[in-house]
Amino acid sequence: MIKVETGEVELRKVFTQTLATLMDTNQDVVYLEADLGGAIGSTALMQSKPEQAFNVGIMEANMVGVACGMSVKGKIPFVHSFGTFSSRRCADQAFLSGCYNHSNVKIIGSDPGITAEANGGTHMPLEDIAIYRAFPEMTVLDVAEPHLLQFVLTDAAGRYGMEYIRFPRKLKQCYYTEDEQFTIGKGKVLREGTDVTIVAAGISVYDALDAAAELEKAQISAEVIDMFTIKPLDEELLLSSAKKTGCIVTVENHNWIGGLGSAVAELCGEKYPVPVRRIGVRDHFGEVGSLAYLKEKFKLTASDIVSAVQECKG
Amino acid sequence: MTNFNRDHADMLARNIRKDIILAISSKGSGHVGGSLSIADLMAVLYSSVLNIDPTNPAKADRDYVVLSKGHCGPAMYAALAEKGYFPKEALTTLNQNGTILPSHTDRLKTPGVDMTTGSLGQGASLAAGAAFADALNHSNAYTYLILGDGELEEGQVWESLLFVAHRKLTHLITIVDVNGKQLDGTTAEICGLEPLADKFAAMNYHVISVTEGNNTAEIYSAIEAAKAQQDIPTVILLHTVKGAGIRKYEQMGNCHSVSVTQADYYEAVAELDAAAI
Repeated sequence: MIKVETGEVELRKVFTQTLATLMDTNQDVVYLEADLGGAIGSTALMQSKPEQAFNVGIMEANMVGVACGMSVKGKIPFVHSFGTFSSRRCADQAFLSGCYNHSNVKIIGSDPGITAEANGGTHMPLEDIAIYRAFPEMTVLDVAEPHLLQFVLTDAAGRYGMEYIRFPRKLKQCYYTEDEQFTIGKGKVLREGTDVTIVAAGISVYDALDAAAELEKAQISAEVIDMFTIKPLDEELLLSSAKKTGCIVTVENHNWIGGLGSAVAELCGEKYPVPVRRIGVRDHFGEVGSLAYLKEKFKLTASDIVSAVQECKG
Repeated sequence: MTNFNRDHADMLARNIRKDIILAISSKGSGHVGGSLSIADLMAVLYSSVLNIDPTNPAKADRDYVVLSKGHCGPAMYAALAEKGYFPKEALTTLNQNGTILPSHTDRLKTPGVDMTTGSLGQGASLAAGAAFADALNHSNAYTYLILGDGELEEGQVWESLLFVAHRKLTHLITIVDVNGKQLDGTTAEICGLEPLADKFAAMNYHVISVTEGNNTAEIYSAIEAAKAQQDIPTVILLHTVKGAGIRKYEQMGNCHSVSVTQADYYEAVAELDAAAI
C-alpha cells in the first residue's frame, strides 16, 4: 500500500541537488536560468559551477533558443523558469528551435497550475501541458514527488530529445520509496482496484489517493494510477485498467482542455470507450489564493473526485 | 597570406546567382530578392572563410553558418551545391515533394546545413547558443549568423544581442543583410531601423558598416576585421541591394517572393555571363 509521507526537503532542493550531481558526472550538462535562481534555489549552484550554470537574464525566448543551439553542439541544457514563462513565453522557440530542429533541451516549468498560489493568475500555467502535448517529439511530464523528480531529471540528462517537466517548488510530500523504479511512458499503479480507475498526475495524485481511501469506506474499490508521463502516455496500462474497472476519472492541476483528461478521453474514445469524467480547472484563469482555497474553488479536491466517481458509476 | 581571390569569389557569386534562379524557376516562384542580395556574402564565406569539409559535413570543430533569414535557403543551397555537398541536380527539386531542399533551411534535410531556421529571429539565439557552447569548450570554431534587416523587428533578436554582448562571444560574427526591403515594403516605411549602427554600438557590439555589401572584396575585408576583434562581438552591416546582380530584380519594386519562369532563368544566365566578360 502506498503511503504518503511528509519529508523535510522541498522539491526545489531535490532539483538543484540532482542537477549538481548530473553536472559532476557529465561536464556537458548545463543549466540556464531566466533570473529565478532565488525562487528555485539554484543561486548557489550557479555560483559553484560558473562553467556549467548560468543566469541568462529575463529572456525566456532567447534562453530556450540558446539552449537549443548549445545542444546541437553537444551540450545537454536544462532551462528553468516558472511554468507560465517556460511554456507560453517560449512556445515557438521550443517548437521550432527545439523539436523541429531535433534539439536536446530539458525545459523545467516550476509551480504548475494553482501551485503558484500567491503569484496568482499571471503565474499559473493551466495550459502548459496542452501546448507542449501538441509538439511532435516533445516528452511531457507532470511530477510532484521527490523520488520521481530525481528519476525524471536523471533520465532526461541521459536521453536525447526535447522534454517539458513541471513540478511545484515547495512541495515536501512523497509516496514512493528510494528503490522505486520508473520508466518514461509507463504509469504507476499506486493502488489496485476493480470498480473505477482514477488517473492523476502531479499534485492531484495526493487527492486521488485520499479519494480512493474515502471510496473504500463506501465499498468502492478504486484503482489509482500516477500518470506522470502524460506524453508518451501509457496506453497499455490505461486500457487494461479500463477493461477491468469499466470507468475512468481523471484529475489534473491544469485546464481540463488539452491535458491529461483529454489524452485519456482521446485514447478511450478511440480504443475502448468507457465513461470518462475529467476533473480539472474548467476553462478559467487562475487567481491568487492558498493551495487549499484554490483546490476548493476549482473543484479539484478529494471530495470532488469522490463525487465524480459516483457520477461516473451512475 | 590570404585565402581570398576576388576573381574566384566573383565567379562563385555568379554561379550562386544562376543556381538560385535555376532552383526557383524549377518551382515557378520563390524568395528571389533576399537570396540574391546575399549571393556575394555566400560566395565569400564558402570560397575563402569557412573551416568546412564538403566531403565530411559533420567535421568536428567546423564553422557554422546560421541563416536566420531561413527563407533565403536557395542562396545557401546554391553555395552548398557549388561546394559539392550534394549533386547540383538537387537544385531543381527545391520545394518539390520529398526534396532535400525545403523553402527554409533545415539541418535534418540538407547536408551542410547546421541549424534549422524559418521563424524569424530564432536563428539569432541558436547561433548564440552554438557560439556559447564553443566558448565553453574552448573551441576556435566560428559561427556566422546571417540576419535580414526586416528580421531585426523581431524582439528575440535584441534579447540575443544582449546575451551575446554580455558573454563577449567574439567567435559569433553577425552579418545583417541591410537590403532595406521586407515583404510588404521598405524597412524605413514599415518600422524604421535607423540609426542601425548606433543601435548595435549601444548594444556593445563592434560595428562594421559595408556600404558596398555586394562587393566580395569589401565583404572579405569586413569579415577579416571582425575576426581580428578579440574583445567584443562584431556585427557587419552589409548594405546590399535586394535582387542584386540581376537588373530585372534590382529594379523591381518588390522582389521578395516572385514568379520565375524558365525564360527568366535563361535571361539571367545571359546577363550574368555578360557581366563576367
